[in-house]
Amino acid sequence: MINLREVSETNEMISKENLDVRTITLGISLLDCIDSDLEKLKKNIYNKIFDAAKDLVATGDKISRYYGIPIVNKRISVTPISLIGGSACKTEEDFASIAVTLDEVAAKVGVNFIGGYSALVAKGMTAADELLIRSIPLALSKTERIMSSVNVGSTKTGIDMDAVRLMGDVIKKTAELTRENDSIGCTKLVVLCNAPDDNPFMAGAFHGVTEGDKVINVGVSGPGVVKTALEKVKGESFEVLCETIKTTACKVTRVGQLVAMEASKRLGVPFGIVDLSLAPTPAIGDSVADILCEMGLESAGAPGTTAALAILNDQVKKGGVMAASYVGGLSGAFIPVSEDQGMIDAATRGSLTIEKLEAMTCVCSVGLDMIAIPGDTKSTTISGMIADEMAIGMINQKTTAVRIIPVAGKKPGDHANFGGLLGHAPIMEVNQYSCDDFVNRKGRIPAPIHSFKN
Amino acid sequence: MSKTIITVVGKDTVGIIAKVCTYLADNSINIEDISQTIVQGFFNMMMVVDMEKCEKHFVDVADELEKLGNDIGVIIKCQKEEIFEKMHRF
Repeated sequence: MINLREVSETNEMISKENLDVRTITLGISLLDCIDSDLEKLKKNIYNKIFDAAKDLVATGDKISRYYGIPIVNKRISVTPISLIGGSACKTEEDFASIAVTLDEVAAKVGVNFIGGYSALVAKGMTAADELLIRSIPLALSKTERIMSSVNVGSTKTGIDMDAVRLMGDVIKKTAELTRENDSIGCTKLVVLCNAPDDNPFMAGAFHGVTEGDKVINVGVSGPGVVKTALEKVKGESFEVLCETIKTTACKVTRVGQLVAMEASKRLGVPFGIVDLSLAPTPAIGDSVADILCEMGLESAGAPGTTAALAILNDQVKKGGVMAASYVGGLSGAFIPVSEDQGMIDAATRGSLTIEKLEAMTCVCSVGLDMIAIPGDTKSTTISGMIADEMAIGMINQKTTAVRIIPVAGKKPGDHANFGGLLGHAPIMEVNQYSCDDFVNRKGRIPAPIHSFKN
Repeated sequence: MSKTIITVVGKDTVGIIAKVCTYLADNSINIEDISQTIVQGFFNMMMVVDMEKCEKHFVDVADELEKLGNDIGVIIKCQKEEIFEKMHRF
């Protein structure tokens, strides 16, 4: 039988170390909503999402009460809208009007974000894909809860550089259209390589076409739990360090598995995956950077940071895999700057640069995330940063992403505030040398040699 | 039927167990196991209870116990056993 020590350990993780289930994300296929009449399409979308998700928030809250574990976010992901709106949308405004419908139904069912205002263009863009991508600035400026993602490359297909170039413009326009709120639109827009179909985390969540009609995916989190566990093994060997992370990650993930199964049962929706994640928030004690410091670094970004993060990411996966029946999504340690107080401090004091963050993305779960850069950064420079990150993902067969915010009117030394879980961040310096002639080449980067495994 | 774990944490004072047990008895909640320790003046108790005969909804019991805790100056949590079983038992 469970004993007092074990009960106390679990409850201390929850009350003092910020252990929580970060998100229950309900994936919903919209393929059966497709219609060439835009108004009918929007009605179909609204009705399908409302019917599927009307009990999501109440169910999440009830599970939270039963087990005494916070479930921070209840969210929805849908089929990429470029596929759903293709036959009905003739203009950017048409696509943006679907975003407004999604925003309305998200508010109605009470979720804070809905992901899937997306296009998958790893090898090329259809007319509908391009129209949706061009509509993103308008869509994000007219909505609150929409999350948008564009997959522009993969290990199997290479990188669509026409899409990469376009995304530089789209990010700049989104920043401009939402300039009164520190270009907040860009915090809801991510460019991906090797995007997974079952990711429960925003901004990159969408319900892939490989999925069934509906699915429950869960993301767990507990940077504070890992940090507290490491405080007890200061100065110990790498073996002890790794075992401690692995054991802790296993415990954290078991809670995610429990919540996922319960949500699946109560909602009558199949369970998909648990995302084995360490997702920070701006709250004190909920930081991945603080774990790196606990491992022995003076500040995130110091030499050794990439190695420390590699250990952390790998041990989280090893611990979590045993604890969950199905694992997927992004699974690993996230390193968003504005959402992690330790990263914010490191960037502010100058120990963490964009170049070091880029190196860290080779070994973390995703990529350059929630980084505020000067508002006057050229769109070609942003495209160059995206191309670099996509290349890392393509060659290393991992998911990578770019979510950067060229904050309109701000320069290095200034500060941007996005509010809530999106956090705040110093404006970081960007390399000023040009990549215009590289980015302006047309076409795509071929798939790497190791993609030919047939 | 799954068991429920009730934990009481706070500054030690006279009558904590009596008050919690009275509430449980009044609501037909059976205590199956109880363990308790005091560390540096802090009271830490765990009960394994069976709520099968209780007519109130789980969430209402959890709310009322939380309020009782507030009245006597301790934190009372009411959680389904599975969260602990999942985390600590394979």
